[in-house]
Amino acid sequence: MHDLIIIGAGPAGITASVYAARKGLKTMVISKDIGGQAALSGDVENYTGYQFISGPELADKFEEHMRRFNIEVKEPEAVLDVVKSSGGLIEIKTDKDTYKARAVIIATGARWRQLNVAGEKEYKNKGLTYCATCDGPLFSGKDVAIIGGGNSAMDAALQLINIAAKIYIINIAPKLTGDEIMIKKVESSDKVAVFNESAVTKITGDTFVRAIKIKHPGGEKTLQVSGVFVEIGLIPNSEIVNNAEKNSRGEIKLGNDNQTSIEGIFAAGDVSDVAEKQIIVAAGEGSKAALGVFKYLARQK
Amino acid sequence: MAHNVTVYSTPSCPYCIKVKEFLKQNGIEFQNIDVSQDHAQAEEMVRKSGQMGVPVIDIDGKIIIGFDKGKIKQALDI
Repeated sequence: MHDLIIIGAGPAGITASVYAARKGLKTMVISKDIGGQAALSGDVENYTGYQFISGPELADKFEEHMRRFNIEVKEPEAVLDVVKSSGGLIEIKTDKDTYKARAVIIATGARWRQLNVAGEKEYKNKGLTYCATCDGPLFSGKDVAIIGGGNSAMDAALQLINIAAKIYIINIAPKLTGDEIMIKKVESSDKVAVFNESAVTKITGDTFVRAIKIKHPGGEKTLQVSGVFVEIGLIPNSEIVNNAEKNSRGEIKLGNDNQTSIEGIFAAGDVSDVAEKQIIVAAGEGSKAALGVFKYLARQK
Repeated sequence: MAHNVTVYSTPSCPYCIKVKEFLKQNGIEFQNIDVSQDHAQAEEMVRKSGQMGVPVIDIDGKIIIGFDKGKIKQALDI
């Protein structure tokens, strides 16, 4: 029997595991991967203490920190369902086994939101990708489009400026909404053309992507591109806890100490309704949740 | 029997790093091709796998897309 099972091993889950281990809680981590979205980020320049570190490197540091402690890590293992059983314990069903714990932290993060336009499924990995860090280098010297106008889109643009020939940014909002420092860098590149108040309506090609159709204030337009990078935000991976209260975006609502609406089930990071989705915020939330669990378990004794 | 293993990867892709670590842990020798540097080989990878995502692993001519532990183990008989 574990005091605490943490689901997810991104910045939130790993930080929670470190705090829980240091508090002497018998802790297990179950996750489908290590590092979460942090491992898929490009350059990270806003994690205090590191003026510059790549996402995969930061994720390695997180993992190293977790492995220093005697924490049982089940990876890769997918959690299917989390329910509170009648005895007050929490039951976690996975694709391999069933576990019980006195408390749980849901730190399952979020996944890429899809465009839901014609051609998206067909051309996935055939020019269309959700991971600029992974697949960006394959578009050397080619024309590409980035869909989105927030920080992820700016991150993708900054990576692609060094690789691609021409970069179209298709942004649904009236202006780019990422960090000012990133926007300035992106806009100052003569490789970049920004289409604001614009939406993608279709992705076309043969075996691979050849073009996208967009709708913009001036009408419709076809852009010849061989790469499409979809960076339009995230959907929380909150489906595994059916009964917890969620907001309209599907994010798990948190009360004091990061507890959800179900006693003993806590959450942290991008899966929750925390205001900002940042690596450092997720890490901080993970620590809060672990300390919340520690207090909760102390009250139970 | 020694297998002929090639990994097509980019330096920044986390699943590429994981594939390579996995092969090393299992004592499998492999040739790593950085497709961000070698464009001819990048084209070759796209041709072989019919898609543009990395990593792509070629084990004795069998093409595996992504870090699919199950398929890799099967192809290597481990």
